[in-house]
Amino acid sequence: MSSLYDEVAPNPGADTPVRRVTIEVNGEKRTVDVEPRLLLVHLLRQGLALTGTHSGCDTSNCGACTVLFDGSPLKSCTMFAVQADGHKVETVEGMGTASGLHPVQEGFKEEHGLQCGFCTPGMMLASKALLERNPNPTEDEVRWALSGNLCRCTGYQNIVKSVLWAAEKMRNDQPQEA
Amino acid sequence: MYPPKFAYEAPKSIGEAIALLEAGGGEAKILAGGQSLIPMVKLRFASPEMLVDINGIPGLDYMTIDPDGTLRIGALVRHEDLEQSTTLAATHPTLAAAASLVADPIIRTRGTFVGSLCHADPQGDWSATMIALGGRIVVQGPKGKREIDLRNFVVGPFTNALAYNEIAIEAVIPPAKGTPRGSYLKLERRVGDFATASVAVALDMNGATVGRAGCALAGVGGRTIDANDAISVLVGKTLTPENIEAAADAVAAAADPRTDHRGSSDYKRHIVKTFVTRILTNIAHSEQKAA
Ligand SMILES: Cc1cc2nc3c(=O)[nH]c(=O)nc-3n(C[C@H](O)[C@H](O)[C@H](O)COP(=O)(O)OP(=O)(O)OC[C@H]3O[C@@H](n4cnc5c(N)ncnc54)[C@H](O)[C@@H]3O)c2cc1C
Ligand code: FES
Ligand code: FES
Repeated sequence: MSSLYDEVAPNPGADTPVRRVTIEVNGEKRTVDVEPRLLLVHLLRQGLALTGTHSGCDTSNCGACTVLFDGSPLKSCTMFAVQADGHKVETVEGMGTASGLHPVQEGFKEEHGLQCGFCTPGMMLASKALLERNPNPTEDEVRWALSGNLCRCTGYQNIVKSVLWAAEKMRNDQPQEA
Repeated sequence: MYPPKFAYEAPKSIGEAIALLEAGGGEAKILAGGQSLIPMVKLRFASPEMLVDINGIPGLDYMTIDPDGTLRIGALVRHEDLEQSTTLAATHPTLAAAASLVADPIIRTRGTFVGSLCHADPQGDWSATMIALGGRIVVQGPKGKREIDLRNFVVGPFTNALAYNEIAIEAVIPPAKGTPRGSYLKLERRVGDFATASVAVALDMNGATVGRAGCALAGVGGRTIDANDAISVLVGKTLTPENIEAAADAVAAAADPRTDHRGSSDYKRHIVKTFVTRILTNIAHSEQKAA
């Protein structure tokens, strides 16, 4: 299946209105030409080859496409790429590296927070945003914060455990005040 | 899925946005949070020729209370801003109760209060709270501003009273005449779903007596149901079990639910009655405790 990105880039037709946008993706400024109807998720996946962001339902329901937009979780299938001009986007590729995992990623590894892994990038980014705002969430608060992200495999139990594991790790890693 | 081609504009002022709508001659649409419009254009239920993105217009993200108690909510206040407000529960309990029930937490970071009113979804949560609170919407066009009572703003399913060249700039909630009490209860099949049935109640209490009574319903009619007349049986009365039952019956009679995949019409009407009773009974108990 060809994506819109394949159709409009890199050589969109002369009648296609194209906009040049600069988006800070995982800390790096990227300048790209996009047709206004290109969705952010397609720019990330096809245009920038950041395939860690998944496209699940494509109807704003499942949260598999969740990225952080200026630090807040956003369903990237529900924003046009042009709208991100001048903004910061963080995807799962920006969270950590294989040898330097983010505590949330470590939590998912330690507590078996994934099975097929399809929902995982979105889950982890939504969790990261939660822990930045609330470093010591209750189980209920974790469930509530992740209620926009669907998982068809795990039954959520281990996802919640993973996030609580990460919260504890991040609190312990904080330098203690004298 | 992606929509048909459209032109994209990101004006920096309300004046510029209005000029773009004017130039669009009815084929341009405002893009606010995009959490209803983007899914709709992707499904091609709507195919505007131009989207006028207002997210870059500064100064529209305010939520302020005037000295007389009037609450003003600017066009770029997100659902999440209401949810995270630490003062709203005391001043506007009906809005505070609804805030965490609109869509899901990720949609709430982006979707706007005013955009939800403009969308005029019969299942939309905010329209119901606004009609119960006697709210208005301020709109601006080439000839200046006008204010529209929310009851006249929502003219049908997904249809509002805006002219093609007007933009909604703020929602206005009048001050309570007495102690504000109220709540919002919503039955949903799962977290993040639209309402099977929901009830907004807003009372202004003078001691144990009801001063003003407001009520509206979502999910139980072809548009947001204005149940203000129905609940007005409570005005001047106290919240006794008999008065509560009379009000709950009157509101349930105002509902106009249809049988669908979310439930039968009788079931939804029953939910309305139960929710009205529950909200009023809770208010009665808290008044007793306060006395
Ligand atoms: C998965 C999902 C679940 C949802 N669940 C619920 C729910 O349970 N309850 C609920 O109430 N809503 C729900 N919503 C809808 C959500 O609340 C939207 O945010 C809201 O309906 C529209 O607000 P918006 O800012 O996103 O508007 P947009 O999508 O940008 O716009 C919606 C419409 O309003 C017009 N508009 C917007 N702002 C203005 C303005 N300032 N002036 C003039 N016209 C304007 C647009 O042109 C468009 O026609 C859900 C959405 C999704 C994707
Ligand atoms: S793919 Fe975006 S919410 Fe499902
Ligand atoms: S691990 Fe498979 S969908 Fe969540």
